[in-house]
Amino acid sequence: MSQLKAIKVTVNGVGYEREVEPRLLLSDFLRHDLGLTGTHVGCEHGVCGACTILFDGEPTRSCLMFAVQANGHQVTTIESLGTPDKLNPLQEAFQEKHALQCGYCTPGMLMALTPFLEKTPDPSEEEIREAISGNLCRCTGYENIIEAVKLAAEKMAARR
Amino acid sequence: MANHVFGKRIARLEDPRLLTGQAQFIDDITLPDMLHAAFFRSDYAHARIKSIDVSAALKRPGVVAVYTAKDFGDFWKPGPLQVPPPGAIPGAVFNARTLVPIAKDKVRFSGEAIAVVIATDRYIAEDAFADIFVDLEPLDAVTDLEKALQPGSTLVHEDLPSNLAANVKQQRGNYEEAKAKADFVISKRIHIDRGAGGAMENRGIVIEWNERAQMMTIWATTQAPIPLRNSIAARLGLSDSQVRVITPMIGGGFGPKIMTSQADDVLLPIVAMWLKRPIKWIEDRRENFLSTTSERDQLHDSEIAFTKEGRILGVKDVFYHNTGAYDPYGMTVPLNTQTHVLGSYDILNYYTEVRMVFTNKMVVTPVRGAGRTYGVFVMERLLDAAAHKLGMDPSVIREKNFIRPDQYPYRTGITGQDFVENVLDSGNYPETMRKVKEMVGYDRLVKEELPKLRAQGKHVGVGIVSFVEGTAVGPYEGAKVSIDAGGKMLVATGISSQGQGHFTVFAQIAAEQVGMSLENVRVVTGDTGIFHWGAGTFASRGAAVAGSAVHKAAVMIREKAIKLAARYMQVAEDQIELTGGKAVVKGDPSKFMTLGDLAVKSNPMRGVVEPGVEPGLEATAYYGPPYGATGQGAQVMVVEVDPDTCEVKIKRLALVHDCGTVINPLLLEGQVHGALSLGIGNAFYEQMVYDENGQLLNASLMDYLLPMATDMPAKMELGHVETPSPLNPLGMKGVGESGAIPTPACFMQALESALPEYALDIMDAPLSPSKLFHLIKAAKAASH
Repeated sequence: MSQLKAIKVTVNGVGYEREVEPRLLLSDFLRHDLGLTGTHVGCEHGVCGACTILFDGEPTRSCLMFAVQANGHQVTTIESLGTPDKLNPLQEAFQEKHALQCGYCTPGMLMALTPFLEKTPDPSEEEIREAISGNLCRCTGYENIIEAVKLAAEKMAARR
Repeated sequence: MANHVFGKRIARLEDPRLLTGQAQFIDDITLPDMLHAAFFRSDYAHARIKSIDVSAALKRPGVVAVYTAKDFGDFWKPGPLQVPPPGAIPGAVFNARTLVPIAKDKVRFSGEAIAVVIATDRYIAEDAFADIFVDLEPLDAVTDLEKALQPGSTLVHEDLPSNLAANVKQQRGNYEEAKAKADFVISKRIHIDRGAGGAMENRGIVIEWNERAQMMTIWATTQAPIPLRNSIAARLGLSDSQVRVITPMIGGGFGPKIMTSQADDVLLPIVAMWLKRPIKWIEDRRENFLSTTSERDQLHDSEIAFTKEGRILGVKDVFYHNTGAYDPYGMTVPLNTQTHVLGSYDILNYYTEVRMVFTNKMVVTPVRGAGRTYGVFVMERLLDAAAHKLGMDPSVIREKNFIRPDQYPYRTGITGQDFVENVLDSGNYPETMRKVKEMVGYDRLVKEELPKLRAQGKHVGVGIVSFVEGTAVGPYEGAKVSIDAGGKMLVATGISSQGQGHFTVFAQIAAEQVGMSLENVRVVTGDTGIFHWGAGTFASRGAAVAGSAVHKAAVMIREKAIKLAARYMQVAEDQIELTGGKAVVKGDPSKFMTLGDLAVKSNPMRGVVEPGVEPGLEATAYYGPPYGATGQGAQVMVVEVDPDTCEVKIKRLALVHDCGTVINPLLLEGQVHGALSLGIGNAFYEQMVYDENGQLLNASLMDYLLPMATDMPAKMELGHVETPSPLNPLGMKGVGESGAIPTPACFMQALESALPEYALDIMDAPLSPSKLFHLIKAAKAASH
């Protein structure tokens, strides 16, 4: 039984102090220790991208990190975006364009796209495809996701 | 005035929770005192188990129990057949060898479970694998379809005389006579492999046995909640009413989640009863590749006999089908192949024979396409060879052989997966071809655009194919619709959902009948505690079969509401209109009763009721078709190949599809998009690669390539033709598998067209850049 380590992680602006095993994956820490089950696990190989969160603002695969590596850092998850009663523009666009079917890859997609749209507010289709090339989707064929991102960019520009 | 929602492009009701990470998937479920299961699996594909020693594992802190086959006693037995054998087909031979819940004396595929560890968390359960010692005597693995049937081959099931799992012969007319009359006969040996379902969410199960209430609740990622509930209750000696199976949100199905009676759903319920604590099992991706069902290969020796005008006189197709180590799912996949070779064409002479073979590989059950893809691939490749022989455009030979619009219902004489004759109910096959050609400007593409690009040195080519899609098969589905005192409607059906939009389309179907807005409709799918009759989500049948039951029940509610309202408001029934959640007297909007009021009135708490009347605004209805409805379509693909890197870019992809009446065009497009992406995977990226020892070499997403956004064409151009099916009240046909069926065949034709100088003759699917490289190399060598 390995020693527990004390960590302090800020998730969606809230500080959490916990004791965890060094080998506990960040994805499992978020989902099971903190109950933030919006981040999904598809492969634990770092390929599918369903587990994408922001680590100090950068899109990162939480299945390839240990919770202890997040000690002292900022993690942002899907729960920080809108709520079911108040979707943010990207989420609204996803719904309007039918950019999700089973919804399993969706949190990872949205977390990869959120910093992308901040950096590239008027993206080309090719740029959007590249931006989501690290997120696998088996349901949509990606086409409506790309349409949704274009619509989201328009919505966000209109609101500025 | 009435709210019309059927047929409209409506955004989905279920999206807000999915978009915000607030929906409930299987691994989001946590129960107090819950334990975690992990399956210790065989590395060997074929081996005798001599002994298993779990004593060290039992000593590991956090491990609560470890079970092997002997611990289950008489509870251990091979599972039931999920699908009955093809007794309806004369002369069919079928050797049933169903999955065992956990290996006992022998392992037959790499990944087969040998022990199950129960621990306080998943990490510790997997740690315990290092403490388990299995003495295995490796045996030769059976991996090659032809060698498997040769005398002297190692036997997967030693109580059988050979590795033959089944043999089914079917015919229509007389192929040999047709062949004798033909101007040309072309034979091809075609090998097609498919792969994994590849859902983003793996499988899982959570089981809670409440000892005091004597009630078991199970959450499972299943496409078949009712069969699952029935089999678990029967196995445990419980009443059906003591077991409730609930499906949470499921992250994709695509076929493999239909399978039941596997290690998890057989063993973990009894373990939950023994330990009296909830048990959770969540599959990981590697396990999913190794030990969740998928599709495997077929090897066809096929022949087409045709006239010099391009009319097909007959087709013969003798093939091997790899069923893996067991055959619990009967002949569903190869029967679909047998019916779908005939495709969209009027072929009067057809001989088909399948030899289903056991191998030491993972078990086969349907993956999106479910055997249809192989059949369509064979026929479309044969047609391409015939067209090439005649110097005819590939679309023209198809047009010459289409079933005509006046030939429906078209009887094929071939029995399908539902054990009835495959009858094509309706369609307009010439029109889907005409429309796809119009959409892409096919004639200009072939005569001007592509030659211009080729003159610039680009290796571009075009493929054009057609396909049929058998859908909406029986036996039946059911639905219950009811409106409560608050005016809210419940629509419940027994099938489950994996992302296809049932929560919206079933609401649209029901709300249309009672003039209610969608936000007052709640759809429940796959909860046996709320509705417990039905078969499951497969064969693109959810909308057409369960949707038809929803429609029938909603019509009954409509009639009941109108009757009640007319009586209470003292007007004739034809004066009542249902709109905006109310029953309104036509022309006098101040005279109305809300549907909630009517629900209350129809369920009195005192007084006397009329005999023969059922309480409430509730109705249950069932629908079962006489045979499945057949969708159809035509596809065009333009590809560009880099002959040095063998990278293939899909420049254009167009599909025209006929699925009869459309409930929601937005969701329909999504289904076709997804099916096309899986089809592209099966054409060029996805293959489960086993070595000669039955080892799966690419059991991870690193090496099993699911298409990424950058692998898809810039636009999937979709077109529709609508020939309503006469088989159900709304005229619907399924569409879930659509694009997965023709895409590999279209891709190969397009590739050959892009590299005519190599005369590639691609009879193997899937390809890959490396396989294409070798094909080109071989073609270059052959031409010298």
